[in-house]
This record gives sequence, C-alpha cells and structure tokens, in this order.
Amino acid sequence: MVSKELIDIFYVLEDTFIGEYVRSSLWLFPVIESFHLIGLGILGGSVVIMDFKLMKLIFRGTNKIYVLEQTKNFFILGLSLLILTGVPLFLSEAVKCYYSRAFWIKMIGLVIGVLFVYFARNPLIVKKEGTILILIGFVSFSIWTVVAASGRWIGFS
Amino acid sequence: MLDLAVWLSETEWSIALHESLYLYPWIESTHVLSICLFFGTLLFVDLRLTGKVFKNLSISEMNRKVLPLTIFGFLVMSVTGLLLFYAIPVRNYQNIFFRIKMLLIVIAGINAFFFHRRMSKEAKIWDKDSSIPKSMKNSAITSLVLWSSVIISGRMIAYNWFDCDRQPQPRWINELTSCEVDYSLFEGIDGF
Repeated sequence: MVSKELIDIFYVLEDTFIGEYVRSSLWLFPVIESFHLIGLGILGGSVVIMDFKLMKLIFRGTNKIYVLEQTKNFFILGLSLLILTGVPLFLSEAVKCYYSRAFWIKMIGLVIGVLFVYFARNPLIVKKEGTILILIGFVSFSIWTVVAASGRWIGFS
Repeated sequence: MLDLAVWLSETEWSIALHESLYLYPWIESTHVLSICLFFGTLLFVDLRLTGKVFKNLSISEMNRKVLPLTIFGFLVMSVTGLLLFYAIPVRNYQNIFFRIKMLLIVIAGINAFFFHRRMSKEAKIWDKDSSIPKSMKNSAITSLVLWSSVIISGRMIAYNWFDCDRQPQPRWINELTSCEVDYSLFEGIDGF
C-alpha cells in the first residue's frame, strides 16, 4: 500500500546530494555494494560463531561469555560498515526501495535483529544457562539469515 | 574454452536455470549467505593467527572448532558459484571480473595450501610457546586481503561495462576477455 506522505519522503531522500552523487557515478554503487557485502561477512562471522556456540554446535567447553567478548566488537564493526555503506546505496534508489518488499523485510529484520542482540541475546548470555540459550541462538541466527537473504533480493525487485 | 562455454549455454538445464524466475535468485542468495559463512569464520581463524582474537584458545583448538564451518561455507559457495556460472556460461567466461575473481581464488588457494600445510605441522609447537612466526601472520593477513578482493571482484561480475556486446572497447580489454571483434567496423573511431 502506498502512503502519500511516506513516498514523498522517499522522493526527497532520493534527491539528496548523496543519492544523486552515487546515482550519477558509474563505479560508486558497485564499489559501495562490495564493501556492504564485506560488512555483511564480518557481521555474519560474529553472529555465526556466537549463535552456533549458543546452539552447542561449536565451541563446546569454551565459556560463552568469553566467546561473546571476542565476537561483540566484530558485530559492531560489521554493523557499522553495513550502515555506512547501506545508507548511500539506499539514498541512490530510495523510491525503488520503497516499492520493494525485500527492502522492508530487510529493514524490519535489521531493527529486530539489533534489538534482539542488545536487549535479549547478549544480556541473557550473561544471566541464563541451559536450553533457553539454544533457542536464543536459533532465533538470532534465523533473524540475521533473513536480513542477509532479503538484502540480496532487493536487487531482483 | 569458449566453445565449451557455448556448448554449456545450449544445454537444457542451463537455459532453464537462466530463465527461471525464482531459482536463479535463490541460488544467488544462497551464494551470498555462504560467502558470509565462509568469510566471516575465516576472519576469526586468520585473526587468531595474528593474535587479535581468542588468545585463550590454542591455534589447534581454534582450527578444530571453526575451520569445519569455513570449509562447509566454501563448499556451498563453490557449488552455488558453479551453478551461477552454468546459468550464463558464455557471458561469465568472457567477463573480465569473473576472470580476475578466478585468478584471485587460485592465488588464495595456493596461499591456503601452504598456510595449512605448515600449520598442520607446526600448530602444536605454536600452542606450547605461543609464538607464531611472522611469515604465518603475514599469510593470514594476505588470506583476508585476497578473499576480500574475491568478494569485490565477484560483486562486479554483475556489471556489463566490459562485456563483449558493448563495443568499441580498447583492444587489450577484448583480448583479456577473449571477445571476438570485427575491428573494421570501428575504423575512423579514435584509438582503433
């Protein structure tokens, strides 16, 4: 459903200096996109290692808080790179994104994923033990898989 | 090689894959997810060797715990990559970024071979005295740089700047991409 107010905002965003600059360049969009993918890889690595640890698939016998300490900075690094590159990519084709279902799935997934990691997964890793952590690892991994996959589908819209 | 690519492109499955509405995007999405798995876990394996992460775990332990995931990611990435090539073989074969990507994968593969051969022999020694040779640290950094470059060149394959059907291109581009071009058509154009 098209919201007149929202689509107007997306048109304004697309007309911003950054949007026009990226759009007018032949190389900029693909180069930014490549670093977006590297950011996804860095974030993916930290998510896989932490969530698979919680699901008891890897790092059995290693302290879960130690694994969290070792991976959390890479989560921040990956996420920062994703946002830093994602914003100019979005601004260059904001209106296309507005009409893309995959874009909305990715954005909603991204917000849920970040909130889940910082307000559920990470605090519970410190506080809880047992099977609840397996479920938390599975939910977190599923959310980030949807975010990564739906991101690729924006290009097919 | 071009003949082989042409033959592949005419097979029934290649055409079906290329023309499918959902299968091609699904394969490409799986390719992207497996890149995340492969590169993301490799990042931790390589950074452990440089001493930046998981210092409390020995090199052998780190490899035993994470490397199977990296290998699994690589296998899925390879299978989906082959399918993506098979869907559009001629265009991919003649794509300059595809060629750069393949070259980088070969170099990264050679680096990984020597890297892991030495690691399997000496990891237990490094576990004990915790001093990793500088050459191995350099090899780990080289691995990350090479695989990042593979990702970048892989992403560029989608763009058609140097495709054979976009002429005139400089001769060296056409030679690098095995494009068969009738240059007589471009007589009078600067540079031809």
